[in-house]
Amino acid sequence: MTETPTNLRDASLTKAIMAEIRRVTTQAWNIMEICGGQTHAIMQFGLDQLLPPEITLIHGPGCPVCVTSLQAIEQGLQIASHPNVIFTTFGDMLRVPGNQADLFGARSQGADVRVVYSPLDSLKIAKANPNKQVVFFAIGFETTAPTIASTILTASKSGINNFSILPANVLVPPAIRAILSNPANRVQGFLAAGHVCAVMGYHEYLPIAEQYQIPIVVTGFEPVDLAMGILMTVQQLEAGQHEVSNAYPRFVTLEGNLVAQEMIAQVFEPVDRQWRGIGTIPLSGLGLRREFASFNALSRFELAKTPLSESPLCIAGKVLSGVAKPLDCPAFGNECTPSHPLGAPMVSSEGACAAYYRYHRTSA
Amino acid sequence: MTQPEIPILEGSNCPLPIKNRGAIVLGHGSGGQMTHDLIREVFQSRLSNTILNTANDAANIPEALPGKRLVVSTDAHIVSPLFFAGGDIGRLAVCGTVNDVAMLGADPRYLTATFILEEGFSIHELELIVDSFANACLEAGVELIAADTKVTEKGKSDKLFISTTGFGWADSRLQIGGEQAKPGDAVIISGPLGNHGIAVAEARGNLGFSSQVRSDIAPLNQMVKALLDAHLDVHVLRDPTRGGLATTLVEIARQSRVNIELDEESIPIDKPVRKTCELLGLDPLYLANEGKLILILPADQAEEALHIMRSTRYGEQAHLIGQVLGSSRGQVLLKTPFGTTRVLEMLAGEMLPRIC
Repeated sequence: MTETPTNLRDASLTKAIMAEIRRVTTQAWNIMEICGGQTHAIMQFGLDQLLPPEITLIHGPGCPVCVTSLQAIEQGLQIASHPNVIFTTFGDMLRVPGNQADLFGARSQGADVRVVYSPLDSLKIAKANPNKQVVFFAIGFETTAPTIASTILTASKSGINNFSILPANVLVPPAIRAILSNPANRVQGFLAAGHVCAVMGYHEYLPIAEQYQIPIVVTGFEPVDLAMGILMTVQQLEAGQHEVSNAYPRFVTLEGNLVAQEMIAQVFEPVDRQWRGIGTIPLSGLGLRREFASFNALSRFELAKTPLSESPLCIAGKVLSGVAKPLDCPAFGNECTPSHPLGAPMVSSEGACAAYYRYHRTSA
Repeated sequence: MTQPEIPILEGSNCPLPIKNRGAIVLGHGSGGQMTHDLIREVFQSRLSNTILNTANDAANIPEALPGKRLVVSTDAHIVSPLFFAGGDIGRLAVCGTVNDVAMLGADPRYLTATFILEEGFSIHELELIVDSFANACLEAGVELIAADTKVTEKGKSDKLFISTTGFGWADSRLQIGGEQAKPGDAVIISGPLGNHGIAVAEARGNLGFSSQVRSDIAPLNQMVKALLDAHLDVHVLRDPTRGGLATTLVEIARQSRVNIELDEESIPIDKPVRKTCELLGLDPLYLANEGKLILILPADQAEEALHIMRSTRYGEQAHLIGQVLGSSRGQVLLKTPFGTTRVLEMLAGEMLPRIC
């Protein structure tokens, strides 16, 4: 267990940094926090209420549950409903709506769907149930990829043949490029996700900052971290700079965790991947390398093709790419609530809509 | 060495039915001798009292108390696993119902209970649970006056379900309820939050590490009695069980049509609970409690109420956590240490951990 140093939640320190942000801000700036965990923390502590009115935070597509494609969810539902399957997943995925059903619904119909905290737990389940196929829904960014890779390496070494994954991992840098290439883009600076950079380092962001002339600041998750990240971004914007700087040096280095990166590279390779609400982003996903292709659940099960349909009311795509805020959606808080989500951002607690619903609905 | 010879018994030696099994069998639910034996050996030996011992199909409640009204509550207890750090389903079945009766200001006196047993359930575990049930009754000062057991086929239930109904008497002049919160009232919590939720999650093997957290299951009727004996003008009493403090306060705010404002820093949460929540992405304000109550009463009586609660066994860490604001449609607002405010909503569905 890592202790959170208490001073990182220090209110007076956070307020002092916010005062400095107000002091250096001379004009309007749009800053995107890429990661859903950061969106959640900003809402939880109400940090957006402390910013000067010139600074707008735009919530990025960094919630892995939200961006997992409808197709992958439909595939997951089909596999989970197979009588011989134990389907394992991170908890948030249970409530994400597919076309009609979600995994909760599948479970109530008799599917064996189990929540795990780590993909390695799926291996234990596979060993204990040799007559069942155990399938793990591999979602997440670069943060979940190392343990998923290590799980596959372990399964491969120990010859556990009744385990496979439904691959749906995604990568942050291609998503940032996609946002910046969008002609409607309003983002002028990025807070990069501290935990992703703890794994991958931040060297990947140097060419992006250079190419798009945009400051990127590696930022943590506590109030003081977030305030520092925003301050360093605003300082660069005001000075006309576009560098990658590190506001999270206690966990992040330029190179990152080389062992974890090696493990990811051994098992996975970049593939084109569809992001829910955004579309296909080239080389933005992690697919299994050929030598581990037998661990791909899609090669083990015959799946029917289902037509995919999103709710016409939901503007998740605009929310996820930062073009609209949750409150801009007419369905927000009306047809769409956490107990009845129309789109993925209302499901996960990291989703921008759910974070707004929980923490920000003061006008209701 | 030669084996000792096994005597061969001949003649009339019909095999006797096995009497002392280690597990519940369908015969225990037959209503016949096995049922009687089970009731006598497991239940009556632990829960004997004059009313129960009459062994009729129903119990007479002797009291008819002038100036008092009868308060009843019923609850089904299903928890998996049956045992967890700090408690078990037996203690839960007593305390849950005792507390619900006490939350209307009543003095709980009697319980009835139904034990639904699954074929194959261990009789030893049942005995441990009935022991714990009996101890909780003793501690809360309630008597079990009527009870029933049923046995289901294996797979048709899950080990043991217990349903309890509680009876108590309240002064008929008392007006305590979720709809009674008034602008200007103080909001008090009787102790730290979230321990039961974490203890049960850990017992389910959902944490992957040891949190050292124990459930807070406790009967709260002595605390309620102490508050009422002091003639405090109690407006609301409610135990924040499933859904936690946040969900329970939203219920109260909506029932009373008021806004409630909480001060985040003053809400007591034990450090291991806070740490576990941070690691797993859970919010302690939404975790279940089984031995805590929310008290809402006029602000000028808050000090005295805190003094009384802190002198009771389960209220040592009672804390003033907020206040009732003006009339509205009913929102709960949380003031953060940063001087910002956020809205607390009800728990939407099952609480799910965040992935990163």
